[in-house]
Amino acid sequence: MRPFAVGATAALLSVGLFLALWVSPPDSYQGEYVRILYVHVPAALAAYGAAAVACGASALYLWRRDLRWDFVGRAGAELAALFSGLTLLTGMLWGKPVWGVWWAWDARLVTTAVLFLLYVGCLLVRDLADDPERGRRLSAAVAVLAFLDVPVVHYSVVWFRTLHQGPSISLQGVKLAPEFLLPLAVNTLAYLALLGVLLAERARLASLEVER
Amino acid sequence: MSPWAWVLAAYGCAALLVGGYVWRLWCRYRHVSRVRLGEADG
Repeated sequence: MRPFAVGATAALLSVGLFLALWVSPPDSYQGEYVRILYVHVPAALAAYGAAAVACGASALYLWRRDLRWDFVGRAGAELAALFSGLTLLTGMLWGKPVWGVWWAWDARLVTTAVLFLLYVGCLLVRDLADDPERGRRLSAAVAVLAFLDVPVVHYSVVWFRTLHQGPSISLQGVKLAPEFLLPLAVNTLAYLALLGVLLAERARLASLEVER
Repeated sequence: MSPWAWVLAAYGCAALLVGGYVWRLWCRYRHVSRVRLGEADG
């Protein structure tokens, strides 16, 4: 299962990269910068996924006190921090040439930065606690609370007047042309597969470290 | 900076962040494996 999952993820990432850099046409408004969105949007969705896993596993850990849920919760929190950090970085690299600024105090940007800081905090409280069990409990509680920010991030462009564009894909329909939708869909699938592989490997490593 | 330089910078950031995380996992795996092997030998 592991070699197959890793191989399938690598293949999906390669196809996604090919579609994003070679097949996708430049956008009429953004030009070549549209290619940055094939990393930015999948990274944001992977961050949501990691946050959901961290929340679910942490809630189960707080309820059952089974270390296996803590391993998954920790993996989810690390990956939520990683992918939300990547979302912020790629957003800034898109914002500077298109908006003219690296950063704006915009609802979507600020709530995403808060999400990143919440997961960094979640990892810090675990490592800084004197008692490992207390660290695990505190970290799990922060991971559950941090997930509350995910719907705020997602709906910030609907609830507030923001510089950030609204959702291109919603229940009301798809506002993307097929030539942009295909690379976005493949890259999203690739990033979610990458998230799955990294979650499984990180949780496995945590269990090996405890067994040691 | 040309548009492609911004695009490559974004993909480079992704590669560095995810690659760095995978590298860290790999190093820790190797460390744990070595310790376990050492315990089994000794």
